[in-house]
Amino acid sequence: MTITSIRCYTGLAAVGASGLLLAAIFVGCSQETPPPPKEVADVSMDFTPPAVTLSTETVAGMPTTAKTAAKEDAQTVKIGACDGGKPIEVPKDLKGQALADSLMAQWKLHHPEANWVAEEMERHAIKPPADNSHLLKGDQAKGHAYGNYSAQDLLTWTRETEKFVAEGSRIFHSGDDLGSAVAVSCDMCHPHASNTHPETYPKFQTQLGRVALLRDMINWCIENPVRGEKLAPDSPAMRALEAYIQSQRQGVPLNYGKH
Amino acid sequence: MPTYKSVETKYLQQRDLFFRGLRNLDRRSFLKVSAAALGATAGLAPPHAFTPISVAHGAESAASKPAFRFAYISDSHLYERDVNDRFVRGLLRAVDDVNNLDPQPDFVFYGGDLAQLGQAKELELGAQILKNLKAPLRIMVGEHDWYLDMGQKWQELFGKPTYSFDHKGVHFVVLNSVVEKDFWTARKLSPMDRMKTVAGLDNGFQSPFTVGDQQCKWLQEDLAKLPDDAKLIVFSHSPLYKLYKPWNFWTDDADEVQAILKRFKQVVVIHGHTHQLLTNRIGNIHFHGLLSTAWPWPYAPEGMPELTIQMSRPDPFNPSDGCGDGEVFVHPDGLVDKVYALWNRNPITVSRTYMLSAGKQNVPPLPNRPAY
Repeated sequence: MTITSIRCYTGLAAVGASGLLLAAIFVGCSQETPPPPKEVADVSMDFTPPAVTLSTETVAGMPTTAKTAAKEDAQTVKIGACDGGKPIEVPKDLKGQALADSLMAQWKLHHPEANWVAEEMERHAIKPPADNSHLLKGDQAKGHAYGNYSAQDLLTWTRETEKFVAEGSRIFHSGDDLGSAVAVSCDMCHPHASNTHPETYPKFQTQLGRVALLRDMINWCIENPVRGEKLAPDSPAMRALEAYIQSQRQGVPLNYGKH
Repeated sequence: MPTYKSVETKYLQQRDLFFRGLRNLDRRSFLKVSAAALGATAGLAPPHAFTPISVAHGAESAASKPAFRFAYISDSHLYERDVNDRFVRGLLRAVDDVNNLDPQPDFVFYGGDLAQLGQAKELELGAQILKNLKAPLRIMVGEHDWYLDMGQKWQELFGKPTYSFDHKGVHFVVLNSVVEKDFWTARKLSPMDRMKTVAGLDNGFQSPFTVGDQQCKWLQEDLAKLPDDAKLIVFSHSPLYKLYKPWNFWTDDADEVQAILKRFKQVVVIHGHTHQLLTNRIGNIHFHGLLSTAWPWPYAPEGMPELTIQMSRPDPFNPSDGCGDGEVFVHPDGLVDKVYALWNRNPITVSRTYMLSAGKQNVPPLPNRPAY
């Protein structure tokens, strides 16, 4: 049996079919409504619906693709992925956490790039954002929302900031993503974003005859040595590039106007 | 060779000689030039002639005269012509520079990284352009030439990457110093992904460069017959010392190689890869970098050798600033004057006397625009 998932519907259903138990999560994107779980009544009473959760933390930056139950054959069950990826096959007697682990492990196998932020940080030695762990020490401001932070908050900040910067690094190191007509990327002159001195902007750029911001210089480089189309100042790529370049000057004092 | 030279040719040659002579102008020779210029304005010398002014290289002329010279070109990083013609024009310009040297150098040394991604067409294009050189070519391999097909095409075109030869009493050794430990199998990288990983200077997934045991053994055997006071020049693509590991401005087994070179009175090591004016001396070993024809690298953020006087930071608005080629003048004692012929700038010479005096004499010009 094939079940397609629906937009904005998240649910857990235990579906019995011919005495088989299939666990399925619906998180989805297609427009069909799910078939009503008609045969739930057939399910034996000792069955607890397995808590199949796909952890988001290993899939940084991507919406979790929950699976929909699909076909059955003799020994295994195929579970289709709503992201259109490869269906995942699991032994039909797997239940609960074991099923969830199996799904997750296989999904990771099919998505080797899922861990791309950590990989990018390692590959290009991206400097980590500031450590805010001091916020957790001492008394938190009682009765205030602002200034009251948990370890989870800090983790979220770090993770989101790193993702932003890693995206910049990815573009910085890719002539294709920069739209270069001559296969040139930023790192070919600026390894680790060196010699980009973002702390010196704004400054009067003598060659341009006007005051330039970092983004003006990024665009100048994209148009000239890189030979690509310049980016809109508020475009995601420009924001990411600025983030990466600035992250690499962690600890250098601002000194705007410096030549 | 035709003996007839047109007026224009003679004029251009004189002009060239004049500017070449201006390179190491000290105060006394400046006065000479000024006097000659005065003579020209006073009508004593024909105003268009550059010949009467020959500039002596003050301190050096007394001590030693070069026995011979060779030219160098390095790090052209060629893509195919229809992908990127700028790097192709860079190499063409360098070949023109060298072909215009009069007299011609004894040979031309190519310092590695002829191709950008080691592709057959890139290497073939490079080989084709280098065939235009009038002087004989000696070539070294770089990591960009190697890691697509592990040197297959390069060796097909240019032969073995490790060899030695003798020229006018100097023993030259060419090494392949870009041997990397296998990092690609574990990561299941395709040949092109492996190449691109190595091609990223700041890509930390690659291994450090080495010369390797096999070549060290070869080097030991090759040098065995030489006396301790032999004149020896070694070429390596990466600097044969440890400068900055994150960019592989580094040879991991440099200590082993230096140990092999230790018994000699003095050794000159000339390396590519760093795309900049770079000078170092470790005991008896004098190190010189090579300029690139494609782009200049920034200086390493830490660990710069004391003897290096950095070149001014390149002007990004000037496409070939900080690039160039150059010449190496070999003296009878085997030490060299290393000329960095920077395009669009005055050439800079790092002289043998600067190295011998540990940076006290004949200091190259200080940069007017230092790195940030």
